[in-house]
Parts: sequence; C-alpha cells; structure tokens
Amino acid sequence: MGVKRTPVKEIEIPRLVKPEEEVTPEELELLEKGGVLITSLNKAVNWARKWSIWPVTFGLACCAIEMMATAASHYDMARFGAEVFRPSPRQADLLIVAGTLTKKMAPIFKRVYDQMPDPKWVIAMGACAVGGGIYKSYAVVQGVDKVVPVDFYVPGCPPRPEALLQAILMLQKKIEKESFQNKI
Amino acid sequence: MDWLDKAKERLQEALIEEGEFRGEHTWVLGKSSLSDSLVVLKDEFGFNSLVDLCGLDMGEGKSPRFYVVYHLRNMDSKAQIRVKVGLEEGEVLSSSCGLWKGADWMEREVYDMFGIDFEGHPSLARLYLPEDFPGHPLRKDYPTEGYDFEE
Repeated sequence: MGVKRTPVKEIEIPRLVKPEEEVTPEELELLEKGGVLITSLNKAVNWARKWSIWPVTFGLACCAIEMMATAASHYDMARFGAEVFRPSPRQADLLIVAGTLTKKMAPIFKRVYDQMPDPKWVIAMGACAVGGGIYKSYAVVQGVDKVVPVDFYVPGCPPRPEALLQAILMLQKKIEKESFQNKI
Repeated sequence: MDWLDKAKERLQEALIEEGEFRGEHTWVLGKSSLSDSLVVLKDEFGFNSLVDLCGLDMGEGKSPRFYVVYHLRNMDSKAQIRVKVGLEEGEVLSSSCGLWKGADWMEREVYDMFGIDFEGHPSLARLYLPEDFPGHPLRKDYPTEGYDFEE
C-alpha cells in the first residue's frame, strides 16, 4: 500500500533431470557438482573422515607433553576418534606441529608433510609453531605457516589440552563442510 | 712446590697473563707455542681430561678479537686449570683432537658459532647449524635474528 516494490526478476532455475530430453554437457557438470548421489556420498565420506582423524607423531618441544596428555586417559582424544598416533606420515592425515620448528628441522618437517597422503590437515600448536614464540632468533622458523599451509592455530605456551581438543573439534566441523572431490 | 708453581716455571715462556679467582687459575698462553704447552700440561702435569673447549668474541676492533678457552682437569689430583689463547680474525689454531678425543665436537662447535678454523681437525663441519647457514651467529657483529628475519 503506497510502497513501490521493485518487481522481482524471475530466475530461471535449471532443471537437473530431464527424463524425456537428452542431458547437455553443462547440465551433466552441474549434476556432478551437486547431485543427490554426490552430496549424500560426500556426507558419508566426511562423516567417516571426521571421526577417524589419525595424527602423525610430530612433537618438537615441550608442547608435545601437552599433546601426549591430550591423547592420554584424562583428556582422552579417543572420544573424538583421533587417538591413533601414527609413527609414519604415510598413514596419517593430521599433522599436529607441537613445538619450536628450527630452521635445521624445517626441510625434514616439509618432507614429513609431503609424505602424508591427501586429505591432510595441519594444526599449529603453541606460540612457537604459530609465530616463533619467544624465539626471535636466527635459528627458529617464525611460524610453521612459512613452510606448510596451516588449518588451525592453537595459541598458548603451551596450550592446555582443552585448547588442542577444541582445535580438533573445529577441524571436524571443517571436514564436514568439505567436498571430497576437491580434497582427494 | 706444588704443581702450579712447577707448571708456571715450565711454561714460563708461553705464559702471557695469569689470574686467580676463588681458587680457580686462569692462564693466557701464547698462540705460537700453544700445542706444545698443552702437550706439557697433559703429559707432565696429568691434565688428562678436557672438560670444555669454547670460544669467546671480544667484539670488533678489540685485540685479540677472539679467545679459545680450554678447561682442563687432572682426574687423579682433581686439579683444574683454565687456559686461554687469543686469536685475531682469520687466524688458525691447531686442533687438539690428538690430545683429547673429546675436542672433536667442541672444536666443531667453536667453528660453527665463531668461524675459528682448527688445523688438523678430522672433519671440521658445522655441528649445530645447517650446512648452508650464512655466517657465524655467536660473533658480536651477527644480528640476533639472522640476516633474513624479515623474509
């Protein structure tokens, strides 16, 4: 009443399934991106992935003690399906960088990351891994994100086990939203 | 006459400076006759253990620029002595690996941190830092953050 409304432009919604007609390549692409089958499969795969995150053993300094405490009985990372610490990066999909990364260690660290099969995620645990921490020094890498891409940063010196657990929970939420086609 | 006076008399020519602090004796010995002096200390005065070997940078423009410090111990009498030798930039010291096997890695550390060369060392490579590391970080003119901190 009295208010002028701009007319809503009608948007043509592409029909995904045309039983009588032939499916064009564009429509096929669209179908593969978000078809019912794929999205359901995505959900199932992500569900499986998020409840069995296998971290690789990569303790570099004192933060490793807190990481071990997180995995041990009191804090019990097994509640979130992430208790299977692998001694080999080839069997792991989460890299928890717990501690100070020195420049001498950096090439080895990069190699461990490269050896991990996709999908893989990285948590930088503690002030040193996040940004060098107290070590403004010639020997320390000022943050592990200078070497590998990082998904979550956990601040603290060292962080409490709860903080690491929260990072893992947030990682689970992130995995939920991912598409396994993009991250094989 | 105890061992200290005897050793002082024996190494009279090499002795540049001596000091004493709370029963600990420090000698500054001449660089040219250092390896002979160390042999004398080991063989004649029984300093059969090299406790530590380290470097010291006095800063740019000082003379001597560097010191190399030997901490020696006689395991029988428990006597201890600290021997220092002054070095200028680029001067080479003869290795004491032949006298004390433990000198191997200690000399590598001094080379790594101060860039002091030891002649006759079996493998004078960097000990702590990566092989391609630029500079020697415990020198006074080395920036604490390294050369490429901002990168």
